[in-house]
Amino acid sequence: MTSQVDQSEAVDGSDGSEGRAGSAPPAARQGRPVKPTRRLDRVIIRFAGDSGDGMQLTGDRFTSETASFGNDLSTLPNFPAEIRAPAGTLPGVSSFQLHFADHDILTPGDAPNVLVAMNPAALKANLPDLPHGAEIIVNTDEFTKRALAKVGYAADPLTDGSLDAFRLHKVPLTTLTLEALKESGLARKDAERAKNMFALGLLSWMYHRPTGGTETFLRQKFAKKPDIAEANILAFRAGWNFGETTEDFAVSYEIAPAALPSGTYRNISGNLALSYGLIAASTRSGLPLFLGSYPITPASDILHELSKHKNFGVRTFQAEDEIAGIGAALGAAFGGALGVTTTSGPGVALKSETIGLAVSLELPLLVVDIQRGGPSTGLPTKTEQADLLQAMFGRNGEAPVPVVAPATPAECFTAALEAARIALTYRTPVFLLSDGYLANGSEPWRIPAVDELPDLTVDFATEPNHELPDGSRAFWPYKRDARTLARPWAVPGTPGLEHRIGGIEKQDGTGNISYDPANHDFMVRTRQAKVDGIEVPPLEVDDPQGDARVLVLGWGSTYGPITAAVRRVRADGGRIAQAHLRHLNPFPANLGQVLHGYDRVIVPEMNLGQLALLLRAKYLVDAQSYNQVRGLPFKAAQLADVLHAAIGTLDAEDQR
Amino acid sequence: MTEFRSLSLVPKADGPQSVKDFKTDQEVRWCPGCGDYAILAAVQSFMPELGIRRENTVFVSGIGCSSRFPYYMNTYGMHSIHGRAPAIATGLATSRRDLSVWVVTGDGDALSIGGNHLIHALRRNVNLKILLFNNRIYGLTKGQYSPTSEVGKITKSTPMGSLDAPFNPLSLAIGAEATFVARTIDSDRQHLQSVLRAAAEHQGAALVEIYQNCNIFNDGAFEVLKEPGTRDEALIRLEHGRPIRFGTDQGVFRGPDGELAVRTVTPENEAEVLVHDAHTPGPATAFALTRLADADTLHHTPIGVLRSVERPVYDDLMAEQLERATTDRGPGDLGALLTGHDTWTVV
Repeated sequence: MTSQVDQSEAVDGSDGSEGRAGSAPPAARQGRPVKPTRRLDRVIIRFAGDSGDGMQLTGDRFTSETASFGNDLSTLPNFPAEIRAPAGTLPGVSSFQLHFADHDILTPGDAPNVLVAMNPAALKANLPDLPHGAEIIVNTDEFTKRALAKVGYAADPLTDGSLDAFRLHKVPLTTLTLEALKESGLARKDAERAKNMFALGLLSWMYHRPTGGTETFLRQKFAKKPDIAEANILAFRAGWNFGETTEDFAVSYEIAPAALPSGTYRNISGNLALSYGLIAASTRSGLPLFLGSYPITPASDILHELSKHKNFGVRTFQAEDEIAGIGAALGAAFGGALGVTTTSGPGVALKSETIGLAVSLELPLLVVDIQRGGPSTGLPTKTEQADLLQAMFGRNGEAPVPVVAPATPAECFTAALEAARIALTYRTPVFLLSDGYLANGSEPWRIPAVDELPDLTVDFATEPNHELPDGSRAFWPYKRDARTLARPWAVPGTPGLEHRIGGIEKQDGTGNISYDPANHDFMVRTRQAKVDGIEVPPLEVDDPQGDARVLVLGWGSTYGPITAAVRRVRADGGRIAQAHLRHLNPFPANLGQVLHGYDRVIVPEMNLGQLALLLRAKYLVDAQSYNQVRGLPFKAAQLADVLHAAIGTLDAEDQR
Repeated sequence: MTEFRSLSLVPKADGPQSVKDFKTDQEVRWCPGCGDYAILAAVQSFMPELGIRRENTVFVSGIGCSSRFPYYMNTYGMHSIHGRAPAIATGLATSRRDLSVWVVTGDGDALSIGGNHLIHALRRNVNLKILLFNNRIYGLTKGQYSPTSEVGKITKSTPMGSLDAPFNPLSLAIGAEATFVARTIDSDRQHLQSVLRAAAEHQGAALVEIYQNCNIFNDGAFEVLKEPGTRDEALIRLEHGRPIRFGTDQGVFRGPDGELAVRTVTPENEAEVLVHDAHTPGPATAFALTRLADADTLHHTPIGVLRSVERPVYDDLMAEQLERATTDRGPGDLGALLTGHDTWTVV
């Protein structure tokens, strides 16, 4: 039984050997019948079912068990925008993919080794992604004639031989769950709902996952309904025991903990990491956090999370619309708060005028855009990175705004701190561009010590800063710091510094209304110079031998698949350099030099080439785009092919 | 000196202030003869009465002629963008309860482009004093009809007359659950300041509609309320606890159908004249008062405080939640938050 990982799949790990099963001594836990155990170095599991089947919860729980076991992991939740799409239909399928390993991994994996399909729709929707040899666990109870017909199966795929290339486990999950719960006194409907926990128990047995965390979790989640909690725990244990005893599951698997850098870890999603980053920025700056927000997928979780932490002095304001959300945040910033607004692309469009005002007022403000598929409503629950140009240019007039983009879910934490640093130091709105994949995906995070975090202390203006010809002192709100070009931040309540600011062009220094042509020209150029002059770390290039001729450059959430692809190319002997941008405005100072150091630059993006457009315009470099806008992240294998091809064409050109 | 309850958290001034303290060195740039001058002068000379530190006062405005107002007040101020002042002021007022926050807006700013923010600030009862300068016209864009213009208004954008039924700003405010609703007139400084005083005393959102003459694009819009020959019959001065009487012998009565009506007061019906009660919890009578005036002629226009009731203030409720969370769970511990409950250690 070596079908856990398809041999034909290229590696995702740097060692070039991951994904191969080896034999290991059988588990010899007390009281267990002896079943053979095999050791794997990584596995990709996908749970799929109806959007009401609890697949996201099942995936989350398996992820938590896996994290606490110490594997490295990466997740990809994938769900429809509809809360409860019609049951049993293809559009209603919700899935959760988890990749876990005994070494560091970067992506949720290209193709699942194991699919758990709770109904025919889940099987049909996910089958095309499965490599031959993958294991499929199906809930046979749902494979009724009617359910099959609903998704267009003319014949039962469980019996017609169409799944012969896979290792099929036919499990009557509903029946087994009802059987396990027959003493519970629960109504049939309630008992049935625990079938996802039965499946989780079975998978937990298969992969030797610790179970205590899930039982504790269920008791807490259903604290007010202890009978439901106990039923779920019973189903979970029944699933585990089923794996242990049934003939069908002959082997279980061990994936050893990963040798990550030492430290204390937790599993964290992008939106949670981002929320914590905002709270950390508030704590480290000493400024109260004010979030003005309007609910929008996939950003709402940040509003939910921050609203739980009022004991940090966090104010969350659910506004009447996107415009009021950012307006309130800007008003709070005028009063000396760390003002934040969170949204997705359509919300950014509505906030544009206020962002322009913040540019003109030169007040710190964080604009968090969790990008999703567009245009318009687009694909609310799917990922994309097509708001880059909107963040760069989506305002009237010359209105430069710094842009920061995290590369992984855990990096959303440091990106929030970095965005706050720029906003507070330079007195400017800052875009933080995350996306749906980072927001909902999760990975292990080495928990930083609080005193390792940057010091973001802010000095408010307290005294007049300008001497008038008559020798008296005045406060000039637009008299700038010589190094940063930032203006002083004088908050209401400070005596002697009363001043008025607004969106009308203002005179350099005094801030008074000015329509003078030369002054406007000067102010436009100064605001641009301030953003251009923001200090950002240089771009690091990973070019191990220093002899690569092709550079692959990405930004945002493509980091995982690009890095996995680079590892594959290198494992095959290809020479490739990699760099990843965290700062998109301004670019790192050495970016032009880096780009010109390679014969070919490949820029994979989940848009139609927005970064490539900027690179071409600014550096006159022939950056070549590779684009996908399918609402899903790139696959490592797909990008590896692109990089191989780029290296190949370059070599072929040389030979001509 | 009046105790302004809504300002209980705002630091008091060290000594007496004068109107000069609230004037800036900026040249006032409204058209000569504009009603805004009178309102500015009334507000500047009223502010010392509040007895609070000037640096703890903030004026926030949107866009329009009236919205230049903050530039002329020597306090903190923000001239923001069209319609958004209530939203911006909400963020400021809720995060800084030690400030006295005023919003200056106009009929276009507050009722067209910013209508949504106005109604939500009112229903939340944010501690804002909103001065709505209503001139029933767009002035800064040079003379288009506004959401308070009378139907059939001939303007640059409506050469054949405007088609839209106007908003009644005070009806709208009461419908939006406003706790304080008042109206006054630019030219009557004493009345204007009495309304400002009542607004400042009110805890929560106060909407003050100020009829303001635009002598360039809508001159004389409120003349009937100002002319000695017509004003006594047109204007109803409301005073809390007093029978609503005006003109030589006019009064407001509640009819058998519950509606309010203007009738001649006689010795026989004198006892039935409606006594104004601004503090009635229900909004029905205040709403009926907002409907008394004829939208075209402005006859029977009530001025003064129509409604002033108590309801918890949003800023206070938000602060209480923060305090309660801190009492229940202790002040936030960042290290503990980041660590969470589900960790593992790699050696």
